Amino acid sequence: MSLMTNHTPQRLHADACELPQRQVPRHPADAPLSIHDMTVAYHRKPVLWDVDLDIPQGKLVGIVGPNGAGKSTLLKAALDLVPKVSGRVLVYGKPYKKQRRMVAYVPQRESVDWDFPVDALDVVTMGTYGRIGWCVPVFRKHRRAALEALERVGMADYAHRQISQLSGGQQQRVFLARALVQDAQLYLMDEPFAGVDAATERAIVTLLHDLRAAGRTVLVVHHDLQTVREYFDQLILLNMRVVAHGPTDEVFTDANLHATYGGRLTLLSEAAEALAQQERP
Amino acid sequence: MNAALLTLAALPGWSAVVDALLLKEHNTRVVVLGVTCLGLAAGVAGTFLLLRKRSLTADALAHATLPGVALGFIVMVLAGGSGKSMPGLLVGAFVFGLLGMGWLMAIRRTTRLKDDAALGIVLSVTFGLGMALVKIAETTPGGSAAGLDRFIVGRAASMLEAEAIWLPVAAVVVTLVALLLFKELKLLCFDGAYGATQGWPTGLLDALLMGLVLAVTVIGLQSVGMLLVVALLIVPAAAARFWTQRLGVMVVVAGVIGMVSGYLGAIASALFANAPTGPIIVLLCSVMFGVSLVFGARRGVVVRVARHVRLARRIGRQHLLRALYEMHEGTDGVGHVSRSRLMRARSWSAGQLRRLMVRLVREGLIRRAADGSAALTEQGRVAARRYVRNHRLWEMYLIEHADIAPSHVDRDADAIEHVLGDAMIERLEQLLAQRFPQMALPASPHPIDFVDARETRPADVR
Amino acid sequence: MSVEVQIGVWVAVLGSLCAVACAVPGTLLVLRRQSMMGDAISHTVLPGLAIAFLITHSRDPLPMFIGAVLIGLLTALAVQWVQRLGRMDSGTSMGVVFTTLFALGIVLMSGDLLRSVDLDAKCVLYGNVDAAASSIILKQVAVPRELWTLGGVLAMNALLVGVFYKEFKVSAFDPALADSLGISSRAMHYLLMTMTAITTVAAFEVVGSIIVIAMLIVPAATAYLLTDRFGWMFVWSVVFGVLAVIGGTVAAVTVPTWFGYTATVSAGAMAVAGGLLFVGVWFASPRHGLASKYVHRAAMSLRVLREDVLGLLYRLEEMRVVDHAEGTPRFLRRVLDAGPIASRLALRALERRGLICATAGVYALTDAGRDRARRLVRTHRLWESYLAHHMHIPVDHVHGSAEVLEHVTTDEMQDRLADETAQPMYDPHGKRVPPAGRE
Repeated sequence: MSLMTNHTPQRLHADACELPQRQVPRHPADAPLSIHDMTVAYHRKPVLWDVDLDIPQGKLVGIVGPNGAGKSTLLKAALDLVPKVSGRVLVYGKPYKKQRRMVAYVPQRESVDWDFPVDALDVVTMGTYGRIGWCVPVFRKHRRAALEALERVGMADYAHRQISQLSGGQQQRVFLARALVQDAQLYLMDEPFAGVDAATERAIVTLLHDLRAAGRTVLVVHHDLQTVREYFDQLILLNMRVVAHGPTDEVFTDANLHATYGGRLTLLSEAAEALAQQERP
Repeated sequence: MNAALLTLAALPGWSAVVDALLLKEHNTRVVVLGVTCLGLAAGVAGTFLLLRKRSLTADALAHATLPGVALGFIVMVLAGGSGKSMPGLLVGAFVFGLLGMGWLMAIRRTTRLKDDAALGIVLSVTFGLGMALVKIAETTPGGSAAGLDRFIVGRAASMLEAEAIWLPVAAVVVTLVALLLFKELKLLCFDGAYGATQGWPTGLLDALLMGLVLAVTVIGLQSVGMLLVVALLIVPAAAARFWTQRLGVMVVVAGVIGMVSGYLGAIASALFANAPTGPIIVLLCSVMFGVSLVFGARRGVVVRVARHVRLARRIGRQHLLRALYEMHEGTDGVGHVSRSRLMRARSWSAGQLRRLMVRLVREGLIRRAADGSAALTEQGRVAARRYVRNHRLWEMYLIEHADIAPSHVDRDADAIEHVLGDAMIERLEQLLAQRFPQMALPASPHPIDFVDARETRPADVR
Repeated sequence: MSVEVQIGVWVAVLGSLCAVACAVPGTLLVLRRQSMMGDAISHTVLPGLAIAFLITHSRDPLPMFIGAVLIGLLTALAVQWVQRLGRMDSGTSMGVVFTTLFALGIVLMSGDLLRSVDLDAKCVLYGNVDAAASSIILKQVAVPRELWTLGGVLAMNALLVGVFYKEFKVSAFDPALADSLGISSRAMHYLLMTMTAITTVAAFEVVGSIIVIAMLIVPAATAYLLTDRFGWMFVWSVVFGVLAVIGGTVAAVTVPTWFGYTATVSAGAMAVAGGLLFVGVWFASPRHGLASKYVHRAAMSLRVLREDVLGLLYRLEEMRVVDHAEGTPRFLRRVLDAGPIASRLALRALERRGLICATAGVYALTDAGRDRARRLVRTHRLWESYLAHHMHIPVDHVHGSAEVLEHVTTDEMQDRLADETAQPMYDPHGKRVPPAGRE
């Protein structure tokens, strides 16, 4: 009985007689990105399960996991591009909606129609639209900023090429330049290394290091385990849930990789499936 | 068919045509102006519609306006009016267009039906409702005189000046709004998700675009008709796509095509008493589309075929020179190669090889002996050496770096080297020259077997 | 039978024949996501007739029929050509092709030549089922021509689908798979386009070339919301098509009179009736309907609430704190944060099933209820162990997930959970995991 007297009924509900469920505000207020308790479902099937992350300031952070682990979904859900079932996303301590200017997104290359009638410079200039605002046209200074960004990724010579005439690596660099011109604090990149040539890969790595040196934080979805140790300060191992998160040297262990890529998830997947089915009549 | 067109063509005199073209006829001036501006607005709004890949949505919206027109008429009659007030009818059309759009979006969002079925449902059901309401409207007193079915196929000549005067104004306003939102619509159509991360309300932008499309539809109801106004939105934009790779230029070209079609179509309708304006405008657009499809400067069929033929010819020429050189590499390309050996070196037909050799002889790159064998001339050896060098550089580059360009990935090394610019070649040389500092010509990274070259060359096999 | 009723019956008969004939290609169009090809083809009936007339100079039905079908097929081909040559999306290509042909048709029809033979755009667009039916009555025709045409087309469609049933099924489901099985999806595409062209041409006289689209697409789309089976799609399409026709026929005569107007065109009313059927199924379909989704969700949350009540009572028992304050409905409701109606429904349902019983307004578990509750709590705590040990989720995070998962766990899954967590005695919070059976 004495146990109960300490509990208000509300409290009791919160943890239903078990231990305290959660200590909510444990994030340092200035973390570039903190994701709290995020669950995401696609077509009523859970893809991400209860993700909690704090991305530290000024680090290159890689997200690694098998296909369908929800890596891209993690970025998209953080950016409100796909609906979340639950969860909160804070950017530098404030809700993402208020901090859009601090974040730049590099989507997967396949996400757009490369046959679209624009040239490389046009695409990069789109990075400045957020600053320009409604109905105001693009001025020369914006285009100059875009050209500078193209130069930073070594693509200035291709500024007036129609985008379908660029190689995969070049298209990726155009996307990176578009993010650069936003001059954000936090960069979220979805598979920037996928299908690019060696020269582009090196250029991207150099760029990532430049960003880190300038105190920016970069979160990169990555697929190549070979290069993880070389490229990233921190690592997130993801497979529906965060398997491990921390400095690359500590996290990139055989045991963790096995937990990420190995099986052992059959029960949870089954339960997720059952949950999805439960929604349907 | 000719007979029908001839009866159309026989009527007006030359001076009447000139008068109409110069807008001297007071009666037609407003109508022509209205339809011309409509063409402009449709071309501009249609460009974004096309790039958003929503062309047929406009068709569904247009059909959805019919019940609005009929109901607008019935309501106005019930309210004591004559039911002929044009603004009233068009407001009804606009409202039902919006309702149709809402229904379309609801089906898209909440059912598992695909886009095409949703469009088909909205289009046919609203049109059926419109048909039923038009019939009812026609049986109400004063209704039969309204001639509501002119909204279906359009009849510009039936427009009264007082009513028509605000149509060009509306069309110009639509054009200006579309141009004002140029940057926003460009972002929406190219990469809406990225736009959303910058805080652009993509749902609202989508609705604005559809609003513009609906406005064009309503403006065009009277002159072009609801069944064909969709053509004015789609066809000029689709035609403009063949001429340019820049969105700004595409908007201008589409606007101009729309304007010219509208202008000529309206004049034709003024000259021929029973010529249907809408269909004539659409046919003019279609002719321009056909011309653009064939002759368009960027993506037209002729340009693409010419590009392909030129490339194929260049590749064939380089293949032949290289084969002649590599078969006598020890002597730096000096020596004859028999015709049968050349035939085996590549998968070219006898005819192709003969044409190639004729062309190269004419250019002075090879000589042919009486027995049909061929040898490089001095000039030919210089060219061949360069091609061989480029080819091997590129092969090594592929082996070392495996650049994957999506548009080129299905081509082998042989094809790629022909599209490389000088800058790229230079870069390749820099990258790889240090591996062969002593050689002007790097050795082939794989053995060259002349007996059946295709089998053993990795670049070819790939 | 009065003449009006006789006309009405003929309207319904002709309309139904149309609807059934259309249901067959319509279903395939919807499944292959090519509904708008039906739209494009039906719009080109008009130029087809005009061109056929200009070539043959006769109003003989057969050449006109063949001409219109050929133009319909040409539309399907031209859409593919323009799409490939112009490298554009299929929607744009369709829009370009069918509007061009349609415009050509109207221009041709407005020429004096066609005007003189009384072939006008309006009757092609609208059709006239009412006039057709009246003329049948007036002329006392035993078996009218429309009946032959539509019946023939219907038989042909049924035969084609019967013969190529599995080919259509495979190529609608996965064209690439069909090709790999040696079924040319191109050939199936053009076969379907031919069927569509023939059907729309046969039907335009009766319902008009635009309402044909309603008969092709709307019943099939309605069926698609109702069933997941390929074969049943056809059956339901036919049913909805005929229902829409009958409803439309009746509504065309009755509904306008309610508002003081005379009867309207039946074809339009048929499309509206089809649309209303669609909306009805959209809301009420047992599997995919909006209403049923809502009802199902409500039922689910009630079940979850019932299980939560059981779990809560068990945990209270575990802590031996059941007394007057804790077992009351009010307490349970506050703890579980449930609404008054929902919690009353849940408690009553549990009581009816004999899982809980009330003494003086205080609820307690019965033996049967305790068994159920033990199973639930066991599942919950096993999940917590699983999540903590196997998935490395922090201990302070596992409760929320377990709350959700416990409601969807089958007995078999529970056994495997227990195996994989090595039958733990205690969960990560130090709570005892109840045994599977009674203690």
